[in-house]
Amino acid sequence: MNFLHQDVPLAWYLLLSAALFSLGVIGFLIKRNLITVFMSIELMLNAVNLSFVTFAHQWHAVKGQIFVFFVMMVAAAEAAVGLAIIIAVFRARATLAVDRIDLMKL
Amino acid sequence: MHLILFFIFAGFCLAGAINLLLQSHPINSALSLIVVMSSLAVLYLLLGAEFLAAAQVIVYAGAIMVLFIFVVMLLNAGREDRTLGSRAASVLGLPAVVALLAVLATLFLRAQGLGSASISQGLTTTEELSKVLFHELLLPFEVTSVLILIAILGAVALARAGNGSPPPGERTAAK
Repeated sequence: MNFLHQDVPLAWYLLLSAALFSLGVIGFLIKRNLITVFMSIELMLNAVNLSFVTFAHQWHAVKGQIFVFFVMMVAAAEAAVGLAIIIAVFRARATLAVDRIDLMKL
Repeated sequence: MHLILFFIFAGFCLAGAINLLLQSHPINSALSLIVVMSSLAVLYLLLGAEFLAAAQVIVYAGAIMVLFIFVVMLLNAGREDRTLGSRAASVLGLPAVVALLAVLATLFLRAQGLGSASISQGLTTTEELSKVLFHELLLPFEVTSVLILIAILGAVALARAGNGSPPPGERTAAK
């Protein structure tokens, strides 16, 4: 029963955040679909938000949570513009595979 | 209780994130991302951020993911073909990620003075949050609304057909 009432160390939340961020970076590197690459970026943003909330809890600071709110707003704007760019790219090149969108590659 | 909830939803988070990497169809990846975001909302609630938990569900799991799934269906995105990707990504990128994770993990596990979270600690109410947001941070809040407006206009301008559109032959190939 002691196990049930145990507290969770905040370091575990930070570890979870680091793991989610790393998974996002790995997804960014290995995924080959433009939309899924974009989803990995969203995953990284979410991981950073989790560490913001954790530190806000640690320092009893409301401003940390407000910062997460602003990150969410910026992420919403970013998603709208990013997906519009993806639609424009698809219209121009008729593909979503990142290997074939290589106009600016050396 | 807190510990059990943390393990359940942290597990959901990690499973969803790994599933996002493993699935090859974008719809499946999007659905697993929704799982990640909803579990993160529960974790926010466990950390006492009630407003952010609601906003996470409404903005992220709701609005943004609907946008993603809408685009996946609009563009009829199919199964992705796995390729090796760029060599720089596998030679530099992946070891760098592992190193980053290792450094962060050792830092967090060794950090002194990090407290712990229990369910008895109170929530940060929406009232407290809004008092700070609308008094001290009113200007950034209003600027954010302008940012959203600009983003909407930019999205409409970018996605509109006939704006810098390719020659007609290529456009029919896109359909």
